[in-house]
Amino acid sequence: MKTLLNKDQLNITLQRLAHQLVENHLSFKDTAIIGIQPRGIYLSDRIAHMVRNITGQKRIDYGRLDITFYRDDVQSRDIQVPSDTDIAFSIENKSVILIDDVLHTGRTIRSAMDALIDYGRPKNVELLVLVDRRFSRELPIQPDYVGHTVDTILTQKVKVYWKEKDGKDEVVLIDKV
Amino acid sequence: MPLSVKHLLGIKELTVQDIEQIFQTADEFKQVLQRPIKKVPTLRDTTVANIFFENSTRTRLSFELAEKRLGADVVNFSASGSSVSKGETLIDTVNNILAMKVDMVVMRHSASGAPWFLANHIDASIVNAGDGINEHPTQALLDSFSIRERLGSLKGKRIAIIGDIMHSRVALSNIYCLAKLGAEVTVSGPPTLIPKHIESLGVRVEYNVKKALEWCDVANVLRIQLERQHKPLFSTLREYALFYGINKQMLDGLKKKIIIMHPGPINRGVEINSDVADSGQSIILNQVENGVAIRMAVIYLLSGKKDAQLSI
Repeated sequence: MKTLLNKDQLNITLQRLAHQLVENHLSFKDTAIIGIQPRGIYLSDRIAHMVRNITGQKRIDYGRLDITFYRDDVQSRDIQVPSDTDIAFSIENKSVILIDDVLHTGRTIRSAMDALIDYGRPKNVELLVLVDRRFSRELPIQPDYVGHTVDTILTQKVKVYWKEKDGKDEVVLIDKV
Repeated sequence: MPLSVKHLLGIKELTVQDIEQIFQTADEFKQVLQRPIKKVPTLRDTTVANIFFENSTRTRLSFELAEKRLGADVVNFSASGSSVSKGETLIDTVNNILAMKVDMVVMRHSASGAPWFLANHIDASIVNAGDGINEHPTQALLDSFSIRERLGSLKGKRIAIIGDIMHSRVALSNIYCLAKLGAEVTVSGPPTLIPKHIESLGVRVEYNVKKALEWCDVANVLRIQLERQHKPLFSTLREYALFYGINKQMLDGLKKKIIIMHPGPINRGVEINSDVADSGQSIILNQVENGVAIRMAVIYLLSGKKDAQLSI
């Protein structure tokens, strides 16, 4: 097991990502942040909070998206109970920033885009991930904002721990046997 | 975490955890049904056969909509106008349908236990859409789901089931479901329509409908199933309406506003008056609305990787 980001490094990375979002979206008037359930929402919670602090804008459209019903492997794995989808605003003509913790094969993001489009037609969609597992993509999907890039092999796993959920802030690379 | 069962035959076989998973999933489907695009592509590789050996409007439409909104392909079959009238057996009929690569069967049958029988003979998952006077699990699930939506939880809530308890599969499934979720149940109606020893299921019996209404938080009113009554069990419908029918006056005389439910079809003026069925206390149409979400949840949770270890 190898630590990719410790607590302090993670915080600095999150701050950078939040500032990059503000740099590109300024007031966030026509921009929505949407975290992907179940693990992406801890990241999106933090990013949304930071963006609110940086911009001083209290009302930023922030939602959570569950992609269970849009997976391409429903029949080939154990059925999963869905998490909440909570998008209490229209995404029509908005800039949407999708947020997930780890980008690996790209299939989750493919599902998320399909799910998102069923809520309306956004102006454009961007992708923010904390960890990009480079060279492991199975679909032509690339992130717009990356916290940390790592080269991995298939048997390895990137795990992001969040204080709210797991009691600590850390990103680790695990070698599975 | 999938359900503990491969089929949804009855509520009796479900665990509390199963029911909660179905509700949690139905919450999400309900949200999907409120979007402009009320459809998800989840089961686009699944085909479901709705096999109805008994009449139905609500349940059948509800299942069909649920399947279509999950993206599944749907075939419908009703006994009338089919080869059943030429003498084909149930297993032959279903196996012929399954030979056309159908993955799941939703069945209503007038014989109690028919889905259990079928489950022993075929591989596909079966959803019981009502079997004789035995169970109607999706109705009980949507009833409890609708109560949960109004009252937050079922625990300690008082539910009165009023009417033809004897011939009602809705009553039996509801009793199982409510008991598992921790609600208190009283059944009420004419003594001839309440089975003996029903107390052994953990319910109270109250022959006086007014007292049952005073006691309860929710009244689930059932239809008199004349088609299943092969001997006279009460003198006339008018007499039944006078003694056991629920009217607005009775509701207004109660200390609190109770919730009125009915699984349909309603016989207006018999078990329930129009001024009750259409009142603000009635959640009859919410039940129908929730039915689609519940059935989507059941079908979704029963699909997926088939595991030979699961019990029937």
